[in-house]
Amino acid sequence: MTVQLDARPPVAPAAGTPRRSSGRLSRLDTRFSPYLYIAPFFLIFAIFGAYPLAYTFWVSLHDWDLLGADHPFIGAENYTRLLADPDFWHALVNTLGIFVISTVPQLLAALWLANLLNRGLRARTGWRMAVLVPNVTSTAAVAIVFGVLFGREFGMVNWLLDLVGLDAIEWKSNRFASWVAISAMVDWRWTGYNALILLAAMQAIPRDLYEAAAIDGASRVRQFWSVTVPLLKPTIIFCTIIATIGGLQLFTEPRMFHSGTNPIRGGPLRESQTLTMYMFENAFAPHYNFGYGSAVAWLLFALIAIVALVNVLILRRIGGRSGPDGRKGAAR
Amino acid sequence: MAVFPRRRLAAVALAATTALLVTAGCGGGDEQGDGPITLTVDVFGQFGYEQLYQEYMAANPNVKIVERGTGTNLDEYSPKLTQWLAAGRGAGDVVAIEEGLLVEYKANPGNFVNLLDHGAADLKGNFLEWKWNAGLTADGKQLIGLGTDVGGIAMCYRKDLFEKAGLPTERDAVSKLWPTWPDYIATGEKFVAAKTGASFLDAATNTFNTILLQTAGNTTGYSYYDTSDKLVVDSNPSVRQAWDTTMDIIDSGLSGKYGSWSEEWVSAFKQSKFATIACPAWMTGVIEANAGTGAQGKWDIAQVPGNGGNWGGSHLAVPKQSKHQAEAIELAKFLTSAKGQIGAFKAKGPLPSSPQALDDPAITGAKNAYFSDAPVGTIFGSGAKSLKPVYMGPKNQAVRTEVENAVRTVELGQRSPAQGWTDAVTNAKKAAAK
Repeated sequence: MTVQLDARPPVAPAAGTPRRSSGRLSRLDTRFSPYLYIAPFFLIFAIFGAYPLAYTFWVSLHDWDLLGADHPFIGAENYTRLLADPDFWHALVNTLGIFVISTVPQLLAALWLANLLNRGLRARTGWRMAVLVPNVTSTAAVAIVFGVLFGREFGMVNWLLDLVGLDAIEWKSNRFASWVAISAMVDWRWTGYNALILLAAMQAIPRDLYEAAAIDGASRVRQFWSVTVPLLKPTIIFCTIIATIGGLQLFTEPRMFHSGTNPIRGGPLRESQTLTMYMFENAFAPHYNFGYGSAVAWLLFALIAIVALVNVLILRRIGGRSGPDGRKGAAR
Repeated sequence: MAVFPRRRLAAVALAATTALLVTAGCGGGDEQGDGPITLTVDVFGQFGYEQLYQEYMAANPNVKIVERGTGTNLDEYSPKLTQWLAAGRGAGDVVAIEEGLLVEYKANPGNFVNLLDHGAADLKGNFLEWKWNAGLTADGKQLIGLGTDVGGIAMCYRKDLFEKAGLPTERDAVSKLWPTWPDYIATGEKFVAAKTGASFLDAATNTFNTILLQTAGNTTGYSYYDTSDKLVVDSNPSVRQAWDTTMDIIDSGLSGKYGSWSEEWVSAFKQSKFATIACPAWMTGVIEANAGTGAQGKWDIAQVPGNGGNWGGSHLAVPKQSKHQAEAIELAKFLTSAKGQIGAFKAKGPLPSSPQALDDPAITGAKNAYFSDAPVGTIFGSGAKSLKPVYMGPKNQAVRTEVENAVRTVELGQRSPAQGWTDAVTNAKKAAAK
C-alpha cells in the first residue's frame, strides 16, 4: 500500500543523456552524485535514528541497571514481563484515551477553522498567523500554565465551575477528567497548526469545482462535504499520521501537568500516565531499569506503526466513497 | 569540472560531520589551561551555599564555582544525576546525594572518587559516627560522600492561625499540646472545629514519612528493608504503626491534601491554607522560600509529637568523570567542614552533621528570624547527637514512592484505608522486584 502525502516524488531528470565529454568520471558522476546529495540525511539519520533504535533493542534484551556494571543477557524476558504488567496496559489505555479525546476534536476543529480562514476575511494573513501562535509557545510553559488552571483548589477552571454553581472537579486524580484536561492542552497547541496545513491544501482546490457544484444546486455545506473534504483526503491522512505519532508519544504535557512528588506517575493511581511516561519511570527514576524501559520503547514503536496503519485504512475507506479522483486533485 | 563539486560536497559533508562530532564531544567539558577552573556543584532544594562559594572563591582565585539546581525537587534532580553518571559525562564536579538514594549509588561505587584515597580518613571525627558510616560502601573500603546535614524533626506551625482557632501560640505551650501523635490529632480536631478556613496540616504523606522515620528510629532501626536488605514493608511493625496513625489523621479530616512539593502545595503556603507541617531542619528553608516574606514572623517552631527522629540529610560526592577531581574534593571538604555546615545552617537551616558544628555557639545560640526568632539551634540541635539513624535498603526510593502514593489515594478518597494498605504492600513488592 502506498501512502500518498502532499509531496510527489520529484521527476527524475532524463538520466544518461550523453554528454560531449563522455568520460568515465562524468558517467559516474551522473550515476552516483544523486546518492551523495541525499547522503547527509541518511548519515544523520543513521547516527541519530537507526543506531539508537537498534541500540535500544539490544538493551531491551538485557537486565540492564542504569548504573550497574554488568548487564546480563536475558532474551525476551523484559517483553514477556511487560506483556503481563497491568501498569503497562493501564498506560496504554491512557495513551489511547488521550489520543482519541484530543485528536478527533482537534482535526475537526482544524478543518472548520481552515474553512473559515479560506473565506474572504479582512486581514486574512493576520488571522492565519494568529492561529499558529499557540504552536510557537514552549510546551513546558503551556503545560505548567494549564497545570495551574486545572488545579483542584486554586485553579481557575474549578473557580469558573463554582461560579456557575457546579462542583469542583478533581482534574488531576480523576482519570477521565485528567484526560480531558491534557487533551485541551494538546488541542490548544496543535489545532492552529493543522488548520494551516489544511488551509494550504484547500487553496489548491480548483475553484471551478465549486462553481460546477453551485450550478448543480449544492449548498455551501454540501460543497464542503462533497468537494472540499474528499479533495483534502491526502492532507487529512498526513495530519492524522502526524497527530498519531505525536499523540502516542505524548510526554511533556501530562508530565508537566502533574507537579509534586513523583509526577512521572501521572497521578496517585496513574490516572494520566502515558506510555512514554511509563517508559521513563522504568528506565530512569525511580527504577533505573534501562532494559525494561527499552522494551516499553519498542512496544510503543510497534503500537505507533499499527495505529498509523489502521488510520490509513480507515481514511482510505472514508475517502474512497466520495469521488473517484479525490486523491489526484489535491496532491500538488 | 564535474568531479570538483562532488569532492567539495564530500569535503563539506565530512567537515560538517566532524564539526558535529567535535561539538558533541566537547559538550559540558571545560577548557584545560592556566586560567581559573570552573567547578560545578549540583544540588537540589535549599543547601544554602552561596555565601560559602564567595568565601571559597576569594580564598582560591583559581577556582570559579557554578551551582545548578537550587530549588529543584529531588524527583527532578535524582534521575538527572543518574543519567549523567550512566552516560559518563554531564554531572557536576561536586554532587549532592540524598540519604534515600545513597544506597543505590553505593551499590555501584565505581562512579565516584574514593575519598579515602584523598585524605578523607582524617576527617572521620568531624562527623556524627552514623553519618560518616552512611557514606561508606558495605565493605567499608570506599567513602562515596562526606555528610552535609541531618534531618532532625520539629513541628512548624502558624501562630496567626493558631490564635484564630483559640489555641496557644507560644512555642513551649504548643509543644505541650502534643506529646504524642494522638494528642496532635486531638489538637487538630479542635483546630478544624474552629473553622478558620485553613487545614491543620499540609499533606498526609509528609506526616506519614515523619512518623515512620521516627518510629523506625526509636524501635527497629529500619523501615521498608531490614538490615539484610529483605523487603519488610508488610511485616515491620513501624511501617504499620505509621500507616495506622496517618489513617487516623486522614480520618479526622486534618489534611489539606495539597500533594507535597506540588504547585498547589506552594500556593497553599502562600495563601496560609494550613497551620502545621512536619518540619525536618532542612524544611525551614523550604517554608521560607515558599511562604515568602509576607509570612515572616507568622511561623514558629515547636517540638514534634512523639520522640525525635531523622528525615533526610545528604552527602557530597565527587563523580569520577570530573575533570578537576583534586579541586572538587577540596571544595567538598570545605563545604562539609564544621565551618561550611555552620554557614549553610545560617543561610537556609540544614542541621549540621558535624558534632563540632553542633556544639558551636553559632549553632546552639542560633535563632531564626523568619520563624519568630525561634531558637532553632536548640530545637533541632539538642537531639541531633542522639539521633538514631534509620537503615535504608537498595530500592528504598521506589518502595517509598509506592507507599506514599497509597497514602495519597486514601487521602483523596480514592481508596479505603484497607484497600490502600493492600495496594501499598502489593505495589511496594512489585517495585522492589523491578
